Amino acid sequence: MSSDALTIQTAKAVDRPWLETVHEWVITVDHKRLGILYILFALLFLVIGGLEATIMRIQLMRPHLNFVSPQVFNRMFTMHGTTMIFFVAMPILFGFANYFVPIMVGARDMAFPRLNAFSFWLTAFGGFLLYFSFLGGFGLYGAGNAPDVGWWAYAPLTARAFSPGHSSDYWTISLLVSGLGSIGTAINIIATILCLRCPGMKLSRMPLFAWMNMVMSGMVLIAITPLSAAQIMLLVDRYLGGHFFDTQAGGSATIWMHFFWIFGHPEVYILIIPCFAFVSEIVPVFSRKPIFGYPVMVGATVCIAFVSMSVWAHHMFTIGMNSYGNSFFALTTMVVGVPTGIKIFNWLGTMWGGKIIFKTPMLFCIAFLFQFLIAGLTGVMLGVAPFNWQLSGSYFVVAHFHYVIVGGILFAVFAAFYYWYPKITGRMLNESLGKLHFWLFLIGFHLTFDIMHIPGILGMPRRIYTYEPGRGWDIWNLLCTIGTFLQGIAVLIFVANLIISYFKGPKAGNDPWDAWTLEWLVSSPPPDYNFATIPTVASRRPLWDRKHPEDPDNLYE
Amino acid sequence: MMSAIANPISQPPVPWTLPYRGKVAMACLIIAESAIFTIFVVAYLFYLGKSLAGPTPREVLETPIFFTICLLSSSLTIHFAAKSLHGGKRGAFLALWFATIVLGGLFLFGTGHEWHRLIYQHGLTISTNLFGTTYYSLVGLHAFHVTVGLLMLAIVLLFALAGRVGAEHSARVEVLSMYWHFVDAVWVVVFTVVYVLGR
Amino acid sequence: METLTRMNSASHNANRSSLVGRLARSLVSLVGILLTAGFSAASQSQDNPIPNIFETHSTPADAIRHLSFFVLIVTGAIFLVVFSLLTYIVVKYGNRESGDGREPPQVYGSTQIELAWTVIPVLIVVVLFLATARVIHAIQDAPKPATAVDVIAIGHQFWWEFRYPALGIVTANELHIPVSGPAHPTPTFLKLLSADTDHSFWVPQLAGKTDLIPNRVNEMWLDPHVTGIFLGQCAQYCGTQHAKMLLQVFVESPDAFQAWASAQKASDTQTSFTQVAATHGENEISGKRIFETTACVNCHTVAGTPATGRFGPDLTHLMSRRTIAAGAAKNTADNLRLWIENPGAIKPGSLMPAMQLSKTDLDALVRYLETLR
Repeated sequence: MSSDALTIQTAKAVDRPWLETVHEWVITVDHKRLGILYILFALLFLVIGGLEATIMRIQLMRPHLNFVSPQVFNRMFTMHGTTMIFFVAMPILFGFANYFVPIMVGARDMAFPRLNAFSFWLTAFGGFLLYFSFLGGFGLYGAGNAPDVGWWAYAPLTARAFSPGHSSDYWTISLLVSGLGSIGTAINIIATILCLRCPGMKLSRMPLFAWMNMVMSGMVLIAITPLSAAQIMLLVDRYLGGHFFDTQAGGSATIWMHFFWIFGHPEVYILIIPCFAFVSEIVPVFSRKPIFGYPVMVGATVCIAFVSMSVWAHHMFTIGMNSYGNSFFALTTMVVGVPTGIKIFNWLGTMWGGKIIFKTPMLFCIAFLFQFLIAGLTGVMLGVAPFNWQLSGSYFVVAHFHYVIVGGILFAVFAAFYYWYPKITGRMLNESLGKLHFWLFLIGFHLTFDIMHIPGILGMPRRIYTYEPGRGWDIWNLLCTIGTFLQGIAVLIFVANLIISYFKGPKAGNDPWDAWTLEWLVSSPPPDYNFATIPTVASRRPLWDRKHPEDPDNLYE
Repeated sequence: MMSAIANPISQPPVPWTLPYRGKVAMACLIIAESAIFTIFVVAYLFYLGKSLAGPTPREVLETPIFFTICLLSSSLTIHFAAKSLHGGKRGAFLALWFATIVLGGLFLFGTGHEWHRLIYQHGLTISTNLFGTTYYSLVGLHAFHVTVGLLMLAIVLLFALAGRVGAEHSARVEVLSMYWHFVDAVWVVVFTVVYVLGR
Repeated sequence: METLTRMNSASHNANRSSLVGRLARSLVSLVGILLTAGFSAASQSQDNPIPNIFETHSTPADAIRHLSFFVLIVTGAIFLVVFSLLTYIVVKYGNRESGDGREPPQVYGSTQIELAWTVIPVLIVVVLFLATARVIHAIQDAPKPATAVDVIAIGHQFWWEFRYPALGIVTANELHIPVSGPAHPTPTFLKLLSADTDHSFWVPQLAGKTDLIPNRVNEMWLDPHVTGIFLGQCAQYCGTQHAKMLLQVFVESPDAFQAWASAQKASDTQTSFTQVAATHGENEISGKRIFETTACVNCHTVAGTPATGRFGPDLTHLMSRRTIAAGAAKNTADNLRLWIENPGAIKPGSLMPAMQLSKTDLDALVRYLETLR
């Protein structure tokens, strides 16, 4: 146990009324508290989204089941997708970014603390609004309830004629609001990184975590806004009699698709790039080596950001674009796989020749590498347009993107939890429970999502509340459902670990993992002001330099 | 394990200046807003000539040259206003700032006037046809941004009239000025697309 | 027909490519057969209950299958290489005991290695792209021969309308097309339209899917090589009953197809009441009266009668179809009855209204519908 001699000891908190504590959290502008709020918010919605998925999987366990009606099922897949993308993945990544970007660049807080708080509460309000739709709806049979138009809300299904009542409006407005929150946070992250770095921390010395969150934030600025624009247009159609997507008036259904996917594809890179950040911080520490090829990692990320803006219509290969359009998007889709693959190689290069420590954060990272590889390869398959004409709209795609989002993003998020929980709470998560969580979740994940590719190959489309027996889909659906329960149990174990360790976990100290970035310099949890004295850095691994003054990094890079 | 001393490497102190966060944030906002406007412009261009019925651009649009000059001049006035403030010339700042608001207000008036003519003389509304929908949305989105800008400018004017705006605030005033320039630049694009290319 | 022939030779090119290719193809086919356990290899005139994208019987689907084998080989190879590397690293460098507690050599990067693992993927991309572009062009830009059968498919919530303009046929949900052989190719070219929202026409064994989008005309073609029934369904979420917008494609010999077409073209010979009376009884006449004086005629067409509604399927030859409600139920008297009385029992959320008829009226109506051969 060591503590930074310059850390000012905080006074022991006196017993205060719980309402005061709640009030403090509600009005906080501290990036660390807002980070925690984002993460807790996301965990709540992770459980809710998981329940929605479980309901669907039970309904699909056997053909012609009546566990839920078609109307409820359609609301389930719409809400599941919308929740997981906008109210789980985005907030959890913003939460980690909020907590750690300022500390890693040696700052005391984000550039705009009040904007930070405002952005969080916008997101929270958006989530509340989306779920209020279950209660607040009214209207015709099948309408005016939770939205049931799919998370892409394709036109003209969202037109007044086909979606009466207000269910689609809950989708539209809740995402408009939370989109504004996302833009606010993105602005904050960029401004913090560009304007608040500590002395000596040139951009080329920032942790990759900072770089990747900066790139992600740049993408948020230009990818979320097309969705916002399209949603404004949808509201104009639905409420002002506009015709943006009104096919009866000569409008185009495909232009919604273009606008949506111009958002939608970069969005998935927005989600994965912070996960690359997690892996790029954790793998070096648990391999006891610096990241292999730091400049290439930065370059590849920037490259991905740019190229990913040009691939969107690979979600639209079946809409009847001509052969040149399809060929162009097939090409760009394959091209974006190159920098992505390079990153996998760089992580492997980091591990090569190192001393790999199999603690829970690293286990999740290794699984991430394996699963992200597979996900990327099925993505390449889907990028081959003619193959896509068979596989799109089928369970093969559902398997592919869950492989990325669960097998990639969620595994990386779990790794981040195990790695940074000690810093946030001052206590270690229980390692045995962690390993149990890992293995159970791994088995459940593979049972569900490896198998799920098969019904797609056998012709099962997605977004169907039931299917015909005898098409060869039955057994695979059943197996997928079983895997769901295993994953659910694993997540419950994880949540239990979070709670139990908060009270009973061993104290972590400043630097339980013997790591090298600035957050491990300060106490766990960090004091409100982060650093008693703003540090000066001379390399990419300031703590390595301090621990190895005879062999500092800046002599080598 | 960890040295208790900060700074194991002694270096001569390097001047460490980073950009002003207000400017960075406004630049980011401008980038984001540009993306929104781009989508509306794309929709406008895509739907040109595709209306099934109703008035067409050629039939009803009149090029708003005067009001455009007003808006673009307001970029000049705000630029010089910010410069004056930076040089501590509060009187010039106040006058030029006020001129900016007047010019911006004239532009809005012009937009309103044009819309009145389109609606009542030509029967073109947002729900008439594709042209109506895309035109009012695009021009309206821009007018909305002008309105928000004018509100912010008015707030600063009030503070300035109360004598509370000085050279020490010139960085923040410049941030607002960036926004105003952006609004003008968007108008250049919208003007070209709607009144030049679109007809 | 050059391009179609070229497609055949393209598949020969794929055959010729390598022993590895053929081995891989067999492996995948084996997997495919394992996946479709219990189902014997398709031959002539058989039901194909499992719409497996690797059990193809039409040129576009064949071309996709061949391309996909190539892609699977390439991605499989990449997977094996990277996975082996990962496994090796984890085994060799995991939990290494280094007693002196020193860190391993700190390596920061290597430009040559970075170049290597950039250049090789780029080359892979080039190869994959060229293979892909060739198939895209071959399928999408295939010329239409004069002997092609033209079908217009119109997607509705939640059923398929099929019109054969050259043959003057209008039918629903069950698509009949002739088999197409290399000697006398008669591919079917479809124009895809939509009456309401987006749909997608997907019969995996015959072609990739193409969407039906309102205010847009899409085109696709297929040329099944064997007769039989092929299954599919709508593959773009279109609303509550998207799941039961099923497709059946009946591929028939030229003679059988001609017979079917002639039967379909013949408008209902039982058009007038006297004609119905001549061949059927009171019930059927009563049913016809009910049909023609109730809301049925607003949505349905029976050729030669006052019923000219276009919102719902054409019922002129209703009994020539095996299923109703786009495959949601078998076409039996009981199901017809249930469908009219309470469509929610079969397909809740479909746009067919419950017709609120008395029991006797319902019986009569069903008897009438059964005359619509």
